[in-house]
Amino acid sequence: MDEKTKSGIIHDLLKSVKLNNGFYLWMAFLSVSLVFCLTAYYQQLTTGLGVTGLRDYISWGMYISNFVFFVASSLIGMLISSVLGLTGQKWITPITRMAEIIAFAFAAVAGLVIVSDMGRPERLLNVFIHGRFQSPILWDVTVVTTYVMISLLLFIVPMVPDLAIAYNNRTDLPKWQRLLYKLLSLNWVGSKEQKDLLHKAIRILLILVIPVALAIHTVTSWLFAVTPRAGWNSTIFGPYFVTGAFVTGVASVIIAMYVFRKIYHLQDYIKEIHFDKIGKLLVLVSLVYLYFNINEFLVPGYKMPKHESITLHSLFNGGHAIMFWFVQLAGLVIPIFLLLLKKFRKPTPLLIIGIFVFIGAWLKRYLIVVPTQEHPFLPIQNVPQSYTFYQPTFTEICITLASFILVLIIVSVLAKVFPLIPIQETIDERNNKTESHEE
Amino acid sequence: MEDNKDPKENKRREFLKTLGIIGAAGASGAMALYFGQQFEKIKAGKKVRLLTVDNKVVEFENGELKEFKGTTEDFIARGREGLPGKSWVMVIDLAKCRNARKCISACQSAHHLRPEQYHINTLQMQDSELTSPYFMPKPCQHCDNPPCVSVCPVDATFKRTDGPVLIDNERCIGCRFCIAACPYSARIFNWFDPKDAEKFANDPYDIELNVPQKRGTVSKCLFSADRLRNDELPYCVSNCPNGVYYFGDKNDDAVTNGTTKETVRLSTLLKDNAAYRLMEELGQEPRVYYLPPKDRLFPFPEQENKNEDNHV
Repeated sequence: MDEKTKSGIIHDLLKSVKLNNGFYLWMAFLSVSLVFCLTAYYQQLTTGLGVTGLRDYISWGMYISNFVFFVASSLIGMLISSVLGLTGQKWITPITRMAEIIAFAFAAVAGLVIVSDMGRPERLLNVFIHGRFQSPILWDVTVVTTYVMISLLLFIVPMVPDLAIAYNNRTDLPKWQRLLYKLLSLNWVGSKEQKDLLHKAIRILLILVIPVALAIHTVTSWLFAVTPRAGWNSTIFGPYFVTGAFVTGVASVIIAMYVFRKIYHLQDYIKEIHFDKIGKLLVLVSLVYLYFNINEFLVPGYKMPKHESITLHSLFNGGHAIMFWFVQLAGLVIPIFLLLLKKFRKPTPLLIIGIFVFIGAWLKRYLIVVPTQEHPFLPIQNVPQSYTFYQPTFTEICITLASFILVLIIVSVLAKVFPLIPIQETIDERNNKTESHEE
Repeated sequence: MEDNKDPKENKRREFLKTLGIIGAAGASGAMALYFGQQFEKIKAGKKVRLLTVDNKVVEFENGELKEFKGTTEDFIARGREGLPGKSWVMVIDLAKCRNARKCISACQSAHHLRPEQYHINTLQMQDSELTSPYFMPKPCQHCDNPPCVSVCPVDATFKRTDGPVLIDNERCIGCRFCIAACPYSARIFNWFDPKDAEKFANDPYDIELNVPQKRGTVSKCLFSADRLRNDELPYCVSNCPNGVYYFGDKNDDAVTNGTTKETVRLSTLLKDNAAYRLMEELGQEPRVYYLPPKDRLFPFPEQENKNEDNHV
């Protein structure tokens, strides 16, 4: 490969790292929205969780649904980098870092989301001081923090060569940014010894993250499955949640791919073939998830045992039917059929499908969390009417929005300050291609 | 309600032995108070003499005298231990319940609860179309295999050796996992400041009474653990006008009816009346037994139980 192409790649992929006015404007917008939404949290802190629509019977609502959704979305880092990476899929190169950023952002904010659901957030440390090993919450705290750390490492470690390149090539950047590159590039010169070490380190991380990622979502599903409640009392909740997580995560990566390709002008690196491939990946994970959905709803639906049947009826043809069928059809079945056709795996149609899947996935978590609690074993009686159903309040919605804004802030900053597409790997890959071509 | 005085007063005798730090004289440390059964306010300028535990007479002036009930730490330390040798059980005779709701009001006033907050709630039940409707008082079942205790991440809710499942609202983080896990919907949450929060704000926290209630924490039926400590029947049991409740010690095989004060053999009562436990199939091993609603000699309301009807 000639030098010109190499410097061309470096030039292209380092173009985005300089902070510009557009970025500042976007961050200002996000910060103002965040501050606005956080006033809602202040209100919740001073008044109590009563500002939400939650009451004694339906005591988990939007926050917990959102927490489950965030944990789910974060699993994508493991799917793309580890599962596909270790099996030798080459097309993932330009989206691995994006996937890791998404994984880190969602996992990190998931921890905050769960704090927003606590009645006594100032006692958070009790979990460590008085932690009981029997409680799935303790397992969740443990694995989520581990996953956040590994995801962060999986973001930084493979980036070391790129940081050295960025340091050497972008002398025009502000001092702090160059210092950051210099520190994080760990004196990388690209010697054989360094390459071997880096390769080994990445490999260990890639393998390590698989069980941890499976654990975080399995444990999250156990928050429900370990209770005796009809609707949650299911043995397949672990794999049901994990497969659902892949659907959510792929949808978020599709959205990110489209957006960054557009604003960073990465058409030469994120090509139509990548959309085609990830479209196929979405079909695969959606089919697996559909299979688990059939098992989860049709098996109890066939028997209709007393308590399950009440919840199932509310989903199939009761109060939650519209949302349920929207989620199943627009968020799962229709995307599968459309994506089997090549013309829907082009960037724009794929983006639209991805957005539907993303929204469907969020609502799906809501449908897992809320309806079951509306139908406890014993009747809800002698309480105000508002106790018998759940309706999120404006405050609650604002606090949930705040968590999304936080994710956007983390993703925007990391994708801006650091090179979004792996430079060294792109160069190496194109080298290999030319070499094998010459042979 | 004569027999439902401030529950804490009953502890006075016990704590007279313990320490009190009072006003200026408190510098010397512990002091027990003994001058009658009443609180006394000391007017400014008036001198008061008190006898300490080590037989010294101390004198002080000004300030307000308060009964010393014990500190939050004392209550928690002893409240986490069960009463030795006891194994409390409750029997509820559904044939006798007329929905008088005296159990509920006694419970709510003892635990500083609002009308829509229940440690015990009387539900209107009908198992199937042709079977008879009946009223079912539903306290916490104090399971021996409690799902709420298993899932609590901080050991705030715990199972005592004498049976009751209690909650420590000084430790609860408000995650509400226990509420999600309880199949009997026995737990409630303080979504806002509790009733009369300011009035009781400075009182020490009695873990056996879960009072004062605290915003952002879970509350629940405690089998009136504070009354059990004083050899008294729970609030609900002693306030029922219809003889619905029996309460007692499984180890003694004896339970006492809260209305008639008649003590009967537990095993015979359960056997003769074909007693059962709620949702036995879930395997939570409840400590509350129900006697079936047979031969009910009073009319049952035609109307469906409306949610708004029975509170406030």
